[in-house]
Amino acid sequence: MQDLINLFVKSIFVENMIFAYFLGMCSYLAVSKTVKTAVGLGAAVIFVLIVTVPVNWLLENYVLREGALAWLGPEYAAMDLSFLSFILFIAVIASIVQLVEMIVEKFAPALYGALGIFLPLIAVNCSILGGALFMQQKDFGTIVEAGTYGLGSGVGWFLAIVAIAAIREKIRYSNVPPALRGLGITFIVTGLMGIAFMSFMGIKL
Amino acid sequence: MAEVKEVKKSEPLFSKKNKGLITDPLNDSNPITVQVLGICSALAITVQLKPAVVMSISVLAVMAIGNVVISLLRNMIPSRIRIIVQLVVVASLVILVNEVLQAFAYDVSKELSVFVGLIITNCIIMGRFEAFALANKPWKSLLDGIGNAFGYAWILIAVAFFRELLGSGTLWGIQVIPNSWYIDNGGFYSNNGFFLFPPMALIVVGIIIWIQRNKNTKLIED
Repeated sequence: MQDLINLFVKSIFVENMIFAYFLGMCSYLAVSKTVKTAVGLGAAVIFVLIVTVPVNWLLENYVLREGALAWLGPEYAAMDLSFLSFILFIAVIASIVQLVEMIVEKFAPALYGALGIFLPLIAVNCSILGGALFMQQKDFGTIVEAGTYGLGSGVGWFLAIVAIAAIREKIRYSNVPPALRGLGITFIVTGLMGIAFMSFMGIKL
Repeated sequence: MAEVKEVKKSEPLFSKKNKGLITDPLNDSNPITVQVLGICSALAITVQLKPAVVMSISVLAVMAIGNVVISLLRNMIPSRIRIIVQLVVVASLVILVNEVLQAFAYDVSKELSVFVGLIITNCIIMGRFEAFALANKPWKSLLDGIGNAFGYAWILIAVAFFRELLGSGTLWGIQVIPNSWYIDNGGFYSNNGFFLFPPMALIVVGIIIWIQRNKNTKLIED
């Protein structure tokens, strides 16, 4: 249990998707103009990460890695399909995003209206595929660990986008040099936030 | 870099408009500083010049070929499933790039780690597929892909140049700052280790945007 909590905290703060790896920067910069939309997209990312990381963990351990196909019979035990991991992971992500979109549309029309445009965007959010690839690299032992990692990375991404959206709402009233307005100042503020998040790096969990 | 040579050979195909497809993304519609595409995988690999250049070449290959493929298929793809089709095309190309890198540049491919895979979700590629290749003929799409990849590459290489020079005093792994300058050897200089950390990449890009928009005032946001 303690391991899981450690992993959760580590994936939120120490290995924050935005501030440590720059994953999901495109939608982070594009959808952070107001806090409201940022919360919507952040929640959708958390949800998709919770679903896709465990599913991709199953794929990794029962289809892709060397010897993973042993359950089919001894003649498949030596197969190594790991070169297919990109295409399978991205197919899983794209189809789950599509599925989530349809489910939300059917059963929670209000939420669908609120998230609407952001849902399909998530398929190309690098933090989702990044979550799957880091999961592969970290070599988690159980599906619960993979799920916790997905949840933690999602929460970290959520915190980051909500924080920058709040800052951008305030920056609108500040006197920024004209050439830095908009994108430029957002980059620099994100950099400063990243430096603040670096203070977590010394923490070993 | 085979694509580039091809373009040079077939010069007559360069109308003024086609030339614009290559030159615009370098400044006026730069994918990173103006369109805000492809930042995800770009910044983490700019600690040194070498991975930045390898990444740029990989993106160039994927974008140029991918744009042509999507453009050839553009009349056959039903619009409801186009995202999945696009992802499959990119993913197959990225697998090829990854295998080539592992075969011929193993050290660099270790260094880039998951970021090669993340070319798939590099918004610059999907963005150009959506915005250009789905509506234009193959030749124009090829030029658009090459132009945008170069626009992406120069930012990447500029950021990597400053980070490597100021952060570790080397360029392409070769010591540039004279050894006798360092404090350890009785000099006055020491490396700014801060440039090796990821947040500095964002700040360097922010400064590049600042300089670019000072020169090119029509890009200023209100």
